[in-house]
Amino acid sequence: MRLELSAEDQAFREEMAASFTRVVPEEIRTAVLEGQEVTAEMIRTSQKALNAEGLAVPHWPVEWGGRGWTELQRHLWHEEMVRAGVPSPLPFNTSMIGPVLAQFASQEMKERFLPATANLDIWWSQGFSEPDAGSDLAGLRTTAVRDGEDWVVNGQKTWTTLGQYGDWIFTLVRTDPEAKKQLGISMLLIDMTTPGVEVRPIELIDGGHEVNEVWFTDVRVPGENLVGEVNQGWTMAKFLLGNERVGVAPVALVKRMLASAKERAGDRLDDPLTRARIAELENQLLALELTALRVVAHSADGEPHPASSVLKLRGTELQQAVSELAVDLAGPAALVPGSLEQADAPDWARRSAPVYLNYRKASIYGGSNEIQRQIIARTILGL
Amino acid sequence: MDFTHDEEQVALRDAVRGLLGRKYADFEERRRTARGELGFDETVWKQLAEMGVLGLPFDEEHGGMGAGPVEVGLVASEVGRVLAPEPFLAAVVLGGGAVAAAGTDEQKAELLGALAAGERRLALAHTDGATPVTAAEADGGWMLTGAKEPVLGGDAETLVVSAALPGGGTGLFVVDGEACERATGPAFDGSRVSRVVLSGTAATPLGEPGADASAALARVLDLGRLAACHEALGGMEVALQATTAYLKSRKQFGVPLNTFQALNFRAADMYVSLELTRSIVAWATMMVAESDAGLAHEAVLRAALQVSRAGRHVGQEAIQLHGGIAMTAEYLVGNITSHLTALDHLLGDGQQHLAELAGAVDGYPGLDPLAPTMRSASTQ
Repeated sequence: MRLELSAEDQAFREEMAASFTRVVPEEIRTAVLEGQEVTAEMIRTSQKALNAEGLAVPHWPVEWGGRGWTELQRHLWHEEMVRAGVPSPLPFNTSMIGPVLAQFASQEMKERFLPATANLDIWWSQGFSEPDAGSDLAGLRTTAVRDGEDWVVNGQKTWTTLGQYGDWIFTLVRTDPEAKKQLGISMLLIDMTTPGVEVRPIELIDGGHEVNEVWFTDVRVPGENLVGEVNQGWTMAKFLLGNERVGVAPVALVKRMLASAKERAGDRLDDPLTRARIAELENQLLALELTALRVVAHSADGEPHPASSVLKLRGTELQQAVSELAVDLAGPAALVPGSLEQADAPDWARRSAPVYLNYRKASIYGGSNEIQRQIIARTILGL
Repeated sequence: MDFTHDEEQVALRDAVRGLLGRKYADFEERRRTARGELGFDETVWKQLAEMGVLGLPFDEEHGGMGAGPVEVGLVASEVGRVLAPEPFLAAVVLGGGAVAAAGTDEQKAELLGALAAGERRLALAHTDGATPVTAAEADGGWMLTGAKEPVLGGDAETLVVSAALPGGGTGLFVVDGEACERATGPAFDGSRVSRVVLSGTAATPLGEPGADASAALARVLDLGRLAACHEALGGMEVALQATTAYLKSRKQFGVPLNTFQALNFRAADMYVSLELTRSIVAWATMMVAESDAGLAHEAVLRAALQVSRAGRHVGQEAIQLHGGIAMTAEYLVGNITSHLTALDHLLGDGQQHLAELAGAVDGYPGLDPLAPTMRSASTQ
């Protein structure tokens, strides 16, 4: 047992910290750190800058821009990136479709899409969930029917995050209605400018427009846009969702949120109950971070450590708890509208309730926390 | 960064598990042993001595093995898994630890040598009763007056007693157990706990006479808390294992209990608590082994806070998910919960640790377990 990082990893960490502040423009990092709105343009600029330095997709295969880092180094990369206020590379590109294409797509398709995906020249949207297929994703009903060389797609996807910016959407579609539900699914890449694709905004309880419905009406998709083989979609979906679970443990983000909350607490820190609440959250977060380190330090050959299922579950719970703390620290100032040009209440206080409400999503997406409990109960405890 | 044990450490764990696991595989044997006159098994104690366990953390020149907190933690965890009644925490970690931290070379050689050989048990009498123990110098010697309770394993041959010094500060003294007025009984979890009354009782200063031993004492208490964390962790592991096994085998309404998702989810949450605790206890152990006393103290408090929270969660749920059987004295699981409760309150509970941590919470921006200072740099 040894606590400290090896000299090599320590140097790596310092190099990452220095790189992120050098590579990504300060105004973008400041916007992130101060919790201001991060625009699509900022996300594009940031990811292109990261990609130019080989920092956007280090976990991809080396021939497509990956770096061959250890799990621990990837953890340090992510940790330092979040700490520096760099917007995370668009997860639909870098964590979801990129690794799927690298694993399952034809060489031609890889060459066509992977470089543009890494560089965010293509903004990907995710077309998985449907109104009647949430946690039970395999129940999806959007169909793709072969017509000559093309597929004709009909149906509806929903909860498509940032779909309003999407250039392309990767979808799971039903290609064999007769097969057992998991076996009749394929993955299709669809250009969102194709006639028959319609994106409709969904307004959320935080007042924002983050997610969308995406409707497909007789959308013609070239046959070459099928990823891998027909009816192989569920294999790819499981591969993608497995990656997503590891990626959504928000340790670094929650650390930053908690440090900000503490800094903003001001006089409220004189209250022993507030101090105890913060100290307890810090300790819970420390236990989670150490679990994440245990997982990354001992994940062999890409096999997830059993404790990795704890990360998403507990990470999102803490993310929600810290966002709840921020609303309590804001107090009545949370009600001062963010839209007022002049107000005494600071921005963070006026945004605190929408953030709190927004983060209720965290225990629902990426495999809801109940799905995580099911995974723990079944695969770890054998129940 | 490495959370794994090396071959020697694994061999130590396996050896201790072999001995204690075999002896107390049947929980009835543990109950019988704990109820006996001595409260533990002398043969097992001797075997632990032969394995080097009773001298584990002490210098080789004093009869010890020269091991550290990692090894002590491995043994404590095995003790916790079977609720072994042998007083490893009381005699070795606390009693012996105090001698190792504050004693002269001569005292260490004598007391630790006898302890390591299984010939003499030590205990640390620190928590005061209603009359705090004070030390006085008289006729070229020292005398102690006051009462200590509870003293874990206080029926030991030799006691190390903390006492207020006449000039301020806290001294540590060696007292012959027979020279005190002692009463010993089983605590609610079966641990042997004593009340020790000193009435002008002759005592030998541990280390330099009259010197303040507060720092050494604080270190020993931290080592004790850390070992208690490991002991609790061992108990929690077994409580969860027993619970999942029970959910799979116990039938109600004609089906096994694991048919019911409400129960499985609660077991999953127990697993979450256990894994988080495993991580922070391993980290605190490394901090104690590698860091200065201040950081080590904070790390121990942090681990002990998590253990307190998780121990209650896992212990309570283990009983609930078993149902009535876990309320019985003859079944292991309820006894684990009882022992977790005792460990939680032995050297300060979660609430006290939280209060201490909360007191310092505005002194740093955030925590960073990878930084040598444990503090994260400011983001700006």
